Amino acid sequence: MRIKQVSVFVENQPGRLEATLEVLEGKGISIRALSVSDTAEFGIVRMILPDAELGLEALREAGFTVRMDWILSADIPNVPGGLLNSVVKPLADAGINLKYFYAYIEQSAEDKAMVLLKTDDLEKAENVLKSL
Amino acid sequence: MIRDPEHEKMPRNNLEKLQLERLQNQVSLVYEKVPFYRQAFREKGVTPDDIQTLADLTKLPFTSKLDFRDNYPFGLMAVPHEKVVRIHSSSGTTGKPIIAPYTQGDIDTWAEIMARTLAAGGATKDDVIQNAYGYGLFTGGLGFHYGAERLGATVIPTSGGNTKRQILLLQDLETTVITCTPSYALILDETAKDMGVDLRDTRLRLGFTGAEPWSEQMRSDIEERLGIPAINIYGLTEIIGPGVSVECPHKCGMHIAEDHFLVEVINPETGEQLPYGEEGELVITTLTKEAQPVIRFRTRDIVGLNAEPCDCGRTLVRMSRVTGRSDDMLIVRGVNVFPSQIESVLLAIEGVEPHYLIVVDRQHVFKSDELEIWVEVSEEVFSDEMQKMEKLEQRLRSEMDSVLGISARIKLVEPKTITRTEGKAKRVVDRSEL
Repeated sequence: MRIKQVSVFVENQPGRLEATLEVLEGKGISIRALSVSDTAEFGIVRMILPDAELGLEALREAGFTVRMDWILSADIPNVPGGLLNSVVKPLADAGINLKYFYAYIEQSAEDKAMVLLKTDDLEKAENVLKSL
Repeated sequence: MIRDPEHEKMPRNNLEKLQLERLQNQVSLVYEKVPFYRQAFREKGVTPDDIQTLADLTKLPFTSKLDFRDNYPFGLMAVPHEKVVRIHSSSGTTGKPIIAPYTQGDIDTWAEIMARTLAAGGATKDDVIQNAYGYGLFTGGLGFHYGAERLGATVIPTSGGNTKRQILLLQDLETTVITCTPSYALILDETAKDMGVDLRDTRLRLGFTGAEPWSEQMRSDIEERLGIPAINIYGLTEIIGPGVSVECPHKCGMHIAEDHFLVEVINPETGEQLPYGEEGELVITTLTKEAQPVIRFRTRDIVGLNAEPCDCGRTLVRMSRVTGRSDDMLIVRGVNVFPSQIESVLLAIEGVEPHYLIVVDRQHVFKSDELEIWVEVSEEVFSDEMQKMEKLEQRLRSEMDSVLGISARIKLVEPKTITRTEGKAKRVVDRSEL
């Protein structure tokens, strides 16, 4: 299903990720999933927040460069081949390119995990995954 | 060595008579042939006949880099195109290059001035001169080349770059004199060391290092590492290229070729001429140019002039090394870089804010030839995809490269990194301040 993701631009310096997280903590915003993609100089922190708009505003106000994107989340069964057969293979077969993804496991649910992903075709990917 | 004692040791009153005569010729020439100057003279209510003494110089209008831009490309030229045998060029403030045309007469004069320049620093016809200044549009390469040939020395036109090969040739061809920027001299030394070569063990005995600002500290460094005296030289494309002034072996100021260039220092705010000894903006009027004479060109370089006789016997006025600029130009690897050029690149890319910082490294001499530009990432250009951010960085780098003429390292930064200031933003910062 579609889900809102908040991304933040941070320099690859000690304390920058900390500062980002402190802003969210300060506003009482918890983080459901997080991934950092980095180069030597900077990183893109991608987050799933319970209230994306709130998080976005809080970070913007604190002077960060942020953006919101629609991405997809998919549930995968917690078994060998779960990710392959529930997400990766169907998308590949449909000719959809994966841009990035990261996983997130809710402690309460032992039998499934969630992956967050961005492809080059949101609608098509959403339909492919829905039809499974 | 004094190649031209007649002019280099000319008694001041004779020199001044010569200067006046030549000034009158240049003034008549531009008044007649260059509409820009005729107009500028009229606006000041002055004609060539009003120039009867050297003091009358102050009646004449100034020429600025903006005048070069506004008259790009040939609006300041005083001869027909068929007389032009060469055109050099260097960066202007806003992406329009400075155009410098030369007649055959200019080329010959320049070669002679450069031969004199090399001789003044101690070079002779028996030297093997490796010219590592950039050949091409830049005046440094061909300027030194023609001068070295005129001197009768053996010239190795290596130009810049290909450092390993330069060091190989330096050893095998027994180079005795190196001409290059101060920062390149240090790169040569570093590379040599990596190759297991000590430049002090080669035949190298002398260096002419200029085209960019450098400190006494840097000179000591170069002299120690390379085991040679490093002679300072000064010049600029708008006037002729290298050759405006050069140090004699006493290294206490650069002797100006006053038979070809009339100099003054002014207060950069008021334009008022200052007496010798006081630091101010160097203003140069050409005395012997044919293709593009220039009247009272504001160099934006801050210097002091010294008219005391020098131990070398020359009567030519000496200028201190350039202590600063009255504008915000930087010189990196011998190339002029203006913050406004950087700004224009940023503004041309949609969504990029012109918030940037130029980081220079004045303490670490090896880094002084690197240009690092920090660019703020705005929301408009921020992407959640790493590939897109990398593409942005690449695009910035290649646009900067093509506009500035040298490569810059681009660092994308957060908005808070570059502080906003009231009034004019501080665009250049030294790494030690970070």
